Amino acid sequence: MAVATVRPGVDWRTRLQDVLPKLVLSPSLALILFFVYGFILYTVFLSFTNSRMLPSHDWVGLANYRTLWGLSHWHTALANLAIFASLYIVICTAIGLMLAIFLDQKIRGEGVLRPIYLYPMALSFIVTGTAWKWFLDPGIGLENTMRLWGWETFTFGWIKDRDMAIYTIVIAAVWQTSGFVMAMFLAGLRGIDNEILKAAQIDGASTWNLYRRIVIPLLRPAFLSAFVILSHLAIKSYDLVIALTGGGPGRATELPATFMYSYTFTRNQMGVGASSAVIMLMTIAAIMVPYLYAELRERDR
Amino acid sequence: MRTTRTWTAAMALACAGTLAAAQEGAPVEVLHWWTSGGEAAALNVLKEALGEQGIGWNDMPVAGGGGEAAMTALRARVTAGNPPTAVQMLGFDIQDWAAEGALGNLNDVAEAEGWDEVVPEAIQEFSKYEGNWIAAPVNVHSTNWVWANAAVLEEAGVTEQPETWDEFIAALQAVQDSGKIALAHGGQAWQEATIFDGVVLSTGGPDFYRAAFIDLDPEALGSETMVEAFDRMAQLREFVDPNFSGRDWNLASAMVANGEAGFQIMGDWAKGEFINAGLTPGEDILCFRVPGTEGAVTFNSDQFAMFDVASEEARASQAAMASNIMSPEFQIAFNTVKGSVPARTDISDEAFDACGKKGMADLAAASEAGTLLGSMAHGHANPAAVKNAIYDVVTAHFNGEYDSATAAEELVNAVEAAM
Amino acid sequence: MSTLSQNPLAGPALRAAPVPSQETAVRTGRVTRVFIYLVLLLFALFYLLPFFIMLINSVKPLGEITGGNMMALPREWTVEPWMAAWSTAQIGVQPTGLRPYFINSILMVVPAVAISTLLGALNGYILTKWRFRGDTILFGLMLFACFIPFQIVLIPMARTLGILGLAGTTWGLVLVHVVYGLGFTTLYFRNYYAAFPTELVRAAQIDGAGFFRIFWRIMLPVSGPIAVVSIIWQFTNIWNDFLFGASFAAGSGAPVTVALNNLVNSSTGVREYNVHFAGAILAALPTLLVYIVAGRYFVRGLMAGSVKG
Repeated sequence: MAVATVRPGVDWRTRLQDVLPKLVLSPSLALILFFVYGFILYTVFLSFTNSRMLPSHDWVGLANYRTLWGLSHWHTALANLAIFASLYIVICTAIGLMLAIFLDQKIRGEGVLRPIYLYPMALSFIVTGTAWKWFLDPGIGLENTMRLWGWETFTFGWIKDRDMAIYTIVIAAVWQTSGFVMAMFLAGLRGIDNEILKAAQIDGASTWNLYRRIVIPLLRPAFLSAFVILSHLAIKSYDLVIALTGGGPGRATELPATFMYSYTFTRNQMGVGASSAVIMLMTIAAIMVPYLYAELRERDR
Repeated sequence: MRTTRTWTAAMALACAGTLAAAQEGAPVEVLHWWTSGGEAAALNVLKEALGEQGIGWNDMPVAGGGGEAAMTALRARVTAGNPPTAVQMLGFDIQDWAAEGALGNLNDVAEAEGWDEVVPEAIQEFSKYEGNWIAAPVNVHSTNWVWANAAVLEEAGVTEQPETWDEFIAALQAVQDSGKIALAHGGQAWQEATIFDGVVLSTGGPDFYRAAFIDLDPEALGSETMVEAFDRMAQLREFVDPNFSGRDWNLASAMVANGEAGFQIMGDWAKGEFINAGLTPGEDILCFRVPGTEGAVTFNSDQFAMFDVASEEARASQAAMASNIMSPEFQIAFNTVKGSVPARTDISDEAFDACGKKGMADLAAASEAGTLLGSMAHGHANPAAVKNAIYDVVTAHFNGEYDSATAAEELVNAVEAAM
Repeated sequence: MSTLSQNPLAGPALRAAPVPSQETAVRTGRVTRVFIYLVLLLFALFYLLPFFIMLINSVKPLGEITGGNMMALPREWTVEPWMAAWSTAQIGVQPTGLRPYFINSILMVVPAVAISTLLGALNGYILTKWRFRGDTILFGLMLFACFIPFQIVLIPMARTLGILGLAGTTWGLVLVHVVYGLGFTTLYFRNYYAAFPTELVRAAQIDGAGFFRIFWRIMLPVSGPIAVVSIIWQFTNIWNDFLFGASFAAGSGAPVTVALNNLVNSSTGVREYNVHFAGAILAALPTLLVYIVAGRYFVRGLMAGSVKG
């Protein structure tokens, strides 16, 4: 396919032009092969060793995986991830789509609203974690304020409740990324050919049907992109939990990412930590590989 | 040939130059997590003392999670083959790093200054590995303290300092009846474990504490006494406000300081918060040992572990730093700010407040009596993996997931699984 | 935010030039519009809330915070916390405030963003205009790199940096951020350039233009919108990184997030919440500024990068 071969006659310059692209690409590729795939292999290796505080090279077979699956802790983390990821992805997508559609209606002040929706993505949770923690805390936050304002029976103590705390993580996570998802949908909406919409309106389609039947199907690529981004953010979520609940109350909001960090770096059980990392990577691969495969094959066609 | 000789000469010159510069003293690089105003300023005393001896100080603070972030950074540094000179460390971490062969040796300075005689033996167990000094202890915190707001107690009619567990419960009840929060507590695993330190010690006494947390004897861990200790935790749970979960310890201290709550069970670092709120320890804020633990002290000690550094000059600076850490001047300057007590028992208590004086006397007495015990909650009784496994159970029980009998059973399982 | 622009429905050739923003042609009634404005405003409040909490508490004296209502406006306004966070707060043993660490972050962010964006542009150019057997697989490999959890690379990365002699240097951090940003930047540029007519490149080639000349003269001049996306993305991610900064930077060379963490996360000391919030806002100012100033181009860049169907 190389465009250079179009030219007849092989001189050194043409040959250089042939090799040059690959030459320029190779440093990036080498970096990624080594720093990503090499390190993944190393982690897989560590998961089969009895590494504790620092990496060790004593092979222990599947012992770490057995320990891992025997920990009730790990099961909690996985169950939490299932709840967190599904809610987070669905809510972010819904809010993002809604805001994008609304913002697309020739809204006055869009220039002001858009950065307001977007800015949470710019802040790290080291920054906003404390503010959220306070806001959600019934003693000093929303509940207290509402009661001070006279709504005596107002109750909002989810962050202190074992069964509800995970939902507060969802709230904060949605706050952080839904505006970003909005931007993606907005870009998608702005790309839709207005002629199609006008034609449909002339045919008498109601606004609701217009969106349901025409616009939303046209946004399919944006949906897919949003899904991939949100699912990988969900699996990687770490700062959020640490800043908000530290995994508590008890262990009620532990996620695989916090589990992995704590076993690798604070509990000196690096082998177990590495095995949990391998499971995480496998999960990511299970989501991403089919997606990438489908996407890239389509492109090539 | 000629060129070679010129080269050699140049090299020699260059080396000489480096040596001359190093005579000033190689700078020490210090990894620590003392970043809040008071404690960082206290550490600055050490920096200045070294500066006077011509030794520079490369500061490398990494705060977060009681040193967790710093320990992660340390692992990266050591793996990179570039360890800092000295690292703030707690308990078993020091021994673990020594076992990895990463630490240096302070025997010369320790011998010259007679550390063996003045540092309590229970603390030496962490500062020494296979008989060699590897770390210089900066302070001794103790965890079995109760802090109480004198005014709140008076209002509730509590006039006597509780001596036994039952008296303590009665006092808590009295404060609760007076409409205040009886026990200020922050629901984080380590805070619950801190209370558990005191409760276990009070329930079973020093020998039981040692058997359960230091020797990790399954019989002690699963015993009736342990069930009773959990029962006492459940008792305390009744005196905590509904909003305790996730609260930072210093906000709990603030509740005691501003009179919302009567008591807090917390290590002596809480004292700084009270002093900051304008209260005088021993007068406005009462300090006493968790009832039933008088005579014993559960401690944790911040130490500077000295890493194995390559050059002779760096080692000299390291020794100078260790010597300065152990000097009475620094121990007093640092510990009066930090709320802890000096790591050596031969220092005058003149500069300390009432609670500090009591802490120093208690430490010396406990060390004498053999009841100076490493704090489980702060990693001085057992290694990190075991400690965290115990945290899991204590927190789960405190949050109502287990009853006391189940908790004791789970404790045995969890400790076994972590070993 | 990876596959922003994967477009399985790859429709008619997409313009590479920035598309002027066009609002929808759909008409809505008056009641609906009032409702829409209401919802949009409510959400704006929701997004602003944490920032509002941080802001009002950063201008209160400490006593008002610990003893009072955190949602209330200050009874007594003060800028002291801001001054303290900027120049006198204790970060390590010295009361330097956050000021010196800003420089460190800038020294790290600028080269890292520049290098990763440039490499991403080159990669995207090659993967779309100089295609060869297996290029799709290579791209897939690079893309998957976006999803690696950073915690697992910490130890092997430390060893590598040690061997390279880059441990504890700004260049070490730059390397780390370039490596883990490459997947994203390559993705952006690849999808953007995919929409650029290949015929133009061929024509230039027939005119005798070489690989770099085409890149420089033809591709780069039209890359504005996607470069904005790439720069915003990389800038925010690198600026906000804590894990790598804490692990691979030496003390005084630490980026501002590490300093901020030292300011707000001290474990057993007194907590000055007002200073913490002021510091948090200060540390976030550059990223906030980038979003506000470049925000409009961001959506436009995303569009041009073709999320459209």
